[in-house]
Amino acid sequence: MTKDIDYISKQKFMEELYRYKKGSVTRRHFLNVTGLGTASAVLGAAVPLLRAGPAFAGDIGDRVVLATWPNYHDPANFDAFTELTGAAVQVNVFGSNEEMLAKLQAGATGWDVFVPTNYTITTYVGEDLIEPLDTALLPNYDPTAYNPRFAEAGSVDGKLYAVPKDWGTTGYVVNTDHTGGVVMDSWKQFWDMARAEFSGRGMVHDYQLTTIGNALKYFGYSFNSVDTTELADAEKLLIDVKPHLFAISSDYQPSMRSGDAWMSMAWTGDGKQLNTDMPEIVYVLGKEGGEIWSDYYAVPKGAPHREAAYALINFLLDPAVNAKEVLFHGYPTADAHTNALLPESLLNDPILYPAEELLSPLEFGAAVTLTDPNRAELMARFKSA
Amino acid sequence: MSRRIRNFLLLAPAGAWFLVMLVLPLAVVIIFSFGERGPAGGYVPAFTLAQYANLPARWAAFRNTMMLAPTGTVAALVIAYPLAYFLAVRVSARWKMTLLVLVIVPFWTSILIRSYAWIFLLGGRGIPALLDLIGISDLRLINTPFAVLVGIVYGYLPLMVFPIYVSLDRLDKRLLEAAADLGARPWAAFVQITLPMSIPGIATGCMLVFILLMGEYLIPALLGGGKVFFVGNALVDLFLQSRNWAFGSAVAATLVIVMLVTVSIYMRLMARLGNGRDDVSLM
Repeated sequence: MTKDIDYISKQKFMEELYRYKKGSVTRRHFLNVTGLGTASAVLGAAVPLLRAGPAFAGDIGDRVVLATWPNYHDPANFDAFTELTGAAVQVNVFGSNEEMLAKLQAGATGWDVFVPTNYTITTYVGEDLIEPLDTALLPNYDPTAYNPRFAEAGSVDGKLYAVPKDWGTTGYVVNTDHTGGVVMDSWKQFWDMARAEFSGRGMVHDYQLTTIGNALKYFGYSFNSVDTTELADAEKLLIDVKPHLFAISSDYQPSMRSGDAWMSMAWTGDGKQLNTDMPEIVYVLGKEGGEIWSDYYAVPKGAPHREAAYALINFLLDPAVNAKEVLFHGYPTADAHTNALLPESLLNDPILYPAEELLSPLEFGAAVTLTDPNRAELMARFKSA
Repeated sequence: MSRRIRNFLLLAPAGAWFLVMLVLPLAVVIIFSFGERGPAGGYVPAFTLAQYANLPARWAAFRNTMMLAPTGTVAALVIAYPLAYFLAVRVSARWKMTLLVLVIVPFWTSILIRSYAWIFLLGGRGIPALLDLIGISDLRLINTPFAVLVGIVYGYLPLMVFPIYVSLDRLDKRLLEAAADLGARPWAAFVQITLPMSIPGIATGCMLVFILLMGEYLIPALLGGGKVFFVGNALVDLFLQSRNWAFGSAVAATLVIVMLVTVSIYMRLMARLGNGRDDVSLM
């Protein structure tokens, strides 16, 4: 980061994060259980445009439909896009990758752009649901600017299907008011505490990928294991812990904030928000490893507003726009151009950018982890036990 | 216009609606239930009974549903009946309308929003915090089967109150006077006249609540903390999470069959009770 770019102050950053936090009542789980995931919001053009953009000459139509995650974009950027191009951004918010995949498999979603996570992309390509990206239409995409670790899943068989959005980790949050000075640093502690000192206070995701994956880490197995004996060990652990859990839910922020729950599996952004508001809540990455993930922009086959889709992706990849996105949602990006515009405090944040020795044992979710029927059935047995 | 054409035209909108919204989707579910899950999820055409053979894998969900639906129905009935009786028999005409509207008012807000209110009420800072003040500490309410039952009774109470209210409101008060004249104590009059006369209302209310409870999904998900798992929850996971549409269809078809059987047994039972009622009302 160059010194002379003082894009945003520390205080401003915290204010931005706070704003994000306030908008965070609607979370993945809420969307899952309500079916509101398909609820759409048309964001009209209201805020005057502040900067001129390149490469949006010509008529791209009056709208573009984006399927994405909750609180993952700065609405002001969408307003700016509409001002620039005349296309209104219609946002469909989703609760899980599985739900996105289910909708695309069922067909006729009407989406132009969507935000899949790394481990789904080969499945989308295999099912012939997304198109190879035409980089000529994405002048802001600079492959050399990305840490390849967070960009490589976008290419399948040498063809580019998706460009990186943000990345993050899956760890857990724990309220240190209740740990009695014990330093938590492993998944073994997470599961052991959940059925002992923290009985009735622990939460796991309502998501097979992370809940089973992190149970596998208890035994030192791979986060992505589909080996039946290893899964059987994980199942035994999960069934054993279940009566002690406060909840099986991906909507853990309210329970952590109210004090009902003392410990929960968590994603980067939630960990950051909780820690900002309640410093006694810390975000832990298990030393055994766990999940690291990366989200991407992709264009579904048969996107009704294809030109607008490319225009929107290109706009959001513009480092100045992307920096505003990061400040809004609090997830790190792998784009060096964008990072150059971000404040030092953010780039040094141990929750957003963990130390290398914590990052290196983490695994990216694999496609088979998502689609393995045995893992799905294991999760159903765990939930109904 | 001939009578036949007129009847056809009058029935066409409802017929088309049922065809498109009920018959066709049901046919799709039945066809899918004999298929297979694709390697990445979804549906692959096949003809196999494997999905039905796999039903025991969701036995726990069916068992939970078959426990909760009757329990919730009976709890709603026990709470709704005195209320309906009070509204129909005791309240003066002046207040009746106001009180009836108060019963409906919660329906003006989505059940989702109201369930979120219950999350707070039953959570650590809600009712347990109040009970803590009077010495009952460490009470866990949220994310228990009890919380789910509370949410269900709360959510479906008006559906039970209204049919019972209607049947009690129609009750001919002269029958009660006659009973009193003939020396029946109030309790005997209630058991022999009021209660039997309200059986159609009870039957309708129980049926409405029971059928909705069999497919209930939202309240257990929110107030049960994901630990209370019903067929509705199993179906959502099968379709949207593991994308096993074939197995999901088999579970859905089985749920429909279980409901048809239960409801038809129930209706037969009620019809028999209803006959009894005719005898009683002749008394």
